[in-house]
Amino acid sequence: MIQQEKMKVVRQKQIADGIFELTLIGQLTLQMKQPGQFVHIRVSDSLEPLLRRPISICSIDSEHMEFKMLYRAGGRGTKILSQKQPGDEVDILGPLGNGFPVEETESGETALLVGGGIGVPPLYELSKQLNAKGVHTIHVLGFQSIHNVFYEKQFSELGETYIVTADGSYGSKGFVTDLLAQLNPTFDVFYSCGPLPMLKALEQTYPDKKGFLSFEERMGCGIGACYACVCQTTDIVAQDYLKICSDGPVFPRGVVAL
Amino acid sequence: MNRLQVELPGLTLKNPIIPASGCFGFGQEFAKLYDLSKLGAIMIKATTLETRRGNPTPRVAETAAGMLNAIGLQNPGLAHVMEYELPWLEQYDVPIIANVAGTETADYVAVAEKISTAPNVKALELNISCPNVKSGGIQFGTDANTASGLTAAVKEVSKVPVYVKLSPNVTNIVEIAKAVEAGGADGITMINTLIGMRLHPKTGKPIIANGTGGLSGPAVKPIAIRMIYDVRQQVKIPIIGMGGITNAEDVIDFLSVGASAVAVGTANFVDPFVCPNIIDELPQKLDELACEKITDLIGRSHR
Ligand SMILES: Cc1cc2nc3c(=O)[nH]c(=O)nc-3n(C[C@H](O)[C@H](O)[C@H](O)COP(=O)(O)O)c2cc1C
Repeated sequence: MIQQEKMKVVRQKQIADGIFELTLIGQLTLQMKQPGQFVHIRVSDSLEPLLRRPISICSIDSEHMEFKMLYRAGGRGTKILSQKQPGDEVDILGPLGNGFPVEETESGETALLVGGGIGVPPLYELSKQLNAKGVHTIHVLGFQSIHNVFYEKQFSELGETYIVTADGSYGSKGFVTDLLAQLNPTFDVFYSCGPLPMLKALEQTYPDKKGFLSFEERMGCGIGACYACVCQTTDIVAQDYLKICSDGPVFPRGVVAL
Repeated sequence: MNRLQVELPGLTLKNPIIPASGCFGFGQEFAKLYDLSKLGAIMIKATTLETRRGNPTPRVAETAAGMLNAIGLQNPGLAHVMEYELPWLEQYDVPIIANVAGTETADYVAVAEKISTAPNVKALELNISCPNVKSGGIQFGTDANTASGLTAAVKEVSKVPVYVKLSPNVTNIVEIAKAVEAGGADGITMINTLIGMRLHPKTGKPIIANGTGGLSGPAVKPIAIRMIYDVRQQVKIPIIGMGGITNAEDVIDFLSVGASAVAVGTANFVDPFVCPNIIDELPQKLDELACEKITDLIGRSHR
């Protein structure tokens, strides 16, 4: 169920160039089940900045009622968020959207998790849940450069992890698809979150595999009422739009026109 | 006695708080958060004769204390709204104000004739002010003769009172208000969004795919207040006011300049519980102003 809560900051940590890890505590955590869902955050009580910011859930700790999110402090809103200190309150609406279906991969099968930049965080909770049910995970994570790399250790603890940087300053050089071409991994299902060209390349590289992709768009309400964050379906007849916030953000491969 | 009750043509409102058209869909999303029967009324998303796909994305951009949108009237079309959305809303004890849009007079007339027969549609809101579609919408709302003619044509077929939603993108809004009153409008709703643009800092090009978008949110409130202040003095029919409302004080400002009820748009995105919260706050605000009932505040700026 969607709830609104003023959650308390437990920890705020810069973990890479411009990337922050924020840990919040509160009842709302108990509503979080599915990896790939997001929360809609109001960073201040003032009218400036006005709108909420959607940020995906990176890991859930129901036992301690805590959850973590990772975000890039790039814009005005996220810069304000990055200044929150332990004890401060943050207005959270969530959990929102439909996340990654963990049930689509059977115990004993292998899942390929492919992330790009700030699309990497939701894959972490996904990997935790897949591993918990006995799925073998392979992680391929792409970043701009060595300064932007995060969570390599956390992912490594869960499965084989490969890092790619666009400038080659860490791991292998190029895009995740370049590395995938070399690795040629064996797997049953793929899950991905990151820039559109990456999602598109993945769909093309694995035409016969079951896969799930997470999308992004500028949002208004975050709950499906304003029709701001739509994407086009591949269904030419229906000519329909899907709402990324409430129909997604995760869709099975082939549903969204890329 | 219900201190918050307001009577308007076709509408008995438990309270003067109405979610604005386009900011509340057809109610389904918010129904998961609170009981829609709490609201004074609901203004549903603009409905057109045929399904509309709307504009390409990005469709929204944040601005200082506001936002731009160019949704482009995306909606499932009249038949779907009649068959699914309106019957679904019947489970709630809340009057519906149907926002009607079109490309030409005949479209408006066709939608109005049909949608006004739905049992829970108690009033129409003619959208002659959408800035985000190529034809129809705002062009009806920026010329007094056209606005008046369209109002008269719709009045002829509608089974319920007709409110006309005015555009602030005009030199003289009083002139348009008078024209729709002369055309037979039962009420006025104002304001729709103001045409604006935001640029991408790197490219210098507009962020919104449509180029321009409609500005809404707290940034536009002073304009809405001024326009209602002016229109109130020149027309007799009631006004439902909107533009930048986020709290009970804002509501009281709108009532003071002469609105009889208000609509809340963008604020629903910031706080999805904003409408019920304002409704809960209003009695205390009345006490603070030593005011028995909310209708006592209507038009007090002019007294
Ligand atoms: C995303 C969005 C969609 C809108 N869609 C409609 C619409 O379909 N029909 C309409 O008459 N007004 C529409 N509006 C205008 C609002 O109903 C309202 O007049 C305006 O936003 C000013 O109020 P606010 O500042 O409280 O948002 C829309 C506004 C927004 C922000």
